[in-house]
Amino acid sequence: MKSGLLILGALALAALAAPIASAALGHDPFLPDLFNRFAPPSAAHPLGTDELGRDVLLRLLHGARVSLAVGLAAAMAATVVGTAAGLLAAWKGGWVDAALMRLADGMLALPALPLLVILAALDPAAIGLPRGEALSDMIRIAGLLALFGWVGVARLVRAGALSVLARDFVRAARAMGVGEGRILRRHVLPELAAPIAIATALAVGGAVLAESTLSFLGLGIAPPAPSWGNMLANAQEVAFQAPLVALWPGLAILLAVLGCNLVADAISRKRR
Amino acid sequence: MAGALILRRLAQIAVTTAILSLCAFLLIGLMPGDPIDLAIAGDPRLSAEDAARMRALHGLDQPLLARYLAWAQSVLGGNFGHSRLFAQPVSALLGPALLSTLELLGLALLLAVGAGVGLGALAALRPRWSGPVQALALAAQAMPTFWLGLLLIILFAVTLGWLPAGGAEGGWRFLLLPVVTLAFANLAAYTRHSAAALTAALAEPHIRTARAKGASEARVLWRHAWPNAAVPVIAVAALDAGALVSGALVTETVFARPGMGKLIFDAVMGSDFNLALLALLVVAVVTMLATLAADLIQRWLDPRLA
Repeated sequence: MKSGLLILGALALAALAAPIASAALGHDPFLPDLFNRFAPPSAAHPLGTDELGRDVLLRLLHGARVSLAVGLAAAMAATVVGTAAGLLAAWKGGWVDAALMRLADGMLALPALPLLVILAALDPAAIGLPRGEALSDMIRIAGLLALFGWVGVARLVRAGALSVLARDFVRAARAMGVGEGRILRRHVLPELAAPIAIATALAVGGAVLAESTLSFLGLGIAPPAPSWGNMLANAQEVAFQAPLVALWPGLAILLAVLGCNLVADAISRKRR
Repeated sequence: MAGALILRRLAQIAVTTAILSLCAFLLIGLMPGDPIDLAIAGDPRLSAEDAARMRALHGLDQPLLARYLAWAQSVLGGNFGHSRLFAQPVSALLGPALLSTLELLGLALLLAVGAGVGLGALAALRPRWSGPVQALALAAQAMPTFWLGLLLIILFAVTLGWLPAGGAEGGWRFLLLPVVTLAFANLAAYTRHSAAALTAALAEPHIRTARAKGASEARVLWRHAWPNAAVPVIAVAALDAGALVSGALVTETVFARPGMGKLIFDAVMGSDFNLALLALLVVAVVTMLATLAADLIQRWLDPRLA
């Protein structure tokens, strides 16, 4: 738990410190400087510059804001929808349960990335989002990832809720005349804190990975806004001139996903 | 029993495919800009009347649902239509792409399962190695597939110059890096589950009996412990079929290797949505059939599941 939280905390701090680092180093990570392409690491550019002469460290820090924000937003949305769907399925049973779980089974059986690629290529203007703005890209990608992410959460929550709903304290609460809404909120949900936390941690890691993959393919966050994924897309084009540009963004993704998985592992070990 | 199960699962696959095709068709159809708009943009001599005539000719003036039904009817009749992007019949594109992807998937799956089970056995038999193996599994799980591919290209193609950076002219040299990339991306689950399953299997009383009657350690592991541990490992293969196919799309794109994943990506990038949709459906059906096959193998290995 400690190492996972430590990694995630360091990344979050780095993301928050992006403007401070910009001011301290004194350059703009969005402004091209074509006389200064592929500069080696130096005091002014601690990790060197990229193919447009922009500072790699600053772009990495600003990319952290985008990548982590998308990952967190997608995971939160997936957790809320998944928890609601899982609780509803376990509590209602019958055809609601059957319909939700058939839907979940169907979505789990499909390969997610080919579907995401097609969905991400659809025109954002058709669903009322402006084209080409970094914020609308972030909302669009987080929404798409949540569309697939809720399934895993819903299954974990449903399984947990089924066993809690069958326990004696729930029957006792019912016998005392507690309303169904209150039973779900006050008696069932707190018992499910651990599985929900595990599912959320895994969902954050999965969303960071999926966002970077989509951005790498050119379907996620569009440049010039930096995200770890689209920094790597540029790195592949210049792999022959500047192989080192490919190192840092990938390492950042690896650390973020690793941190999330470590936290999830630690919570599930604690329960046992 | 097994026959009824297979029939039910095949029916589920058919229903899922039908719903997926309907959703994807409607979503794509809602997007502004149809092929006729593109033709007008490409040729200023076309008038509004020409466009209307072409729309009527291709049935694009029909309501969306009617268009879906007509499309589904022709696809079920074996007519997959034409790819605007590649100027070829879609059916001629799908066959070679599917074969190439299956080659990549099959080899990567073999390597991932082989290496995963080997590492799992190492962790189960030698507690000293358990830590490093778990660390490797954690790294494999968190590693972005496309970054690994990129690093391998930079190391083996750019710096050392030993292997080609991409393409598929045939031969093992073009397959090696993509297979290793895709296998590593799927290594974690096999390693963790085979380590856990083998550890559990080695603690059973019949293992002590086998050792007591003098069976060698290798025979104890593969003959007495592994058959019990194989079932959860195949369960992982069934669960991960979708992830494996997703990884293939990334791998093929990074290594510019022709296949279903690259075909879907190129079709999407070239706005050839008929091709993208059909390729997606083929990939989805193959994935679901693979999951079904893994489930059946699991049941055959462990009759208690049936």
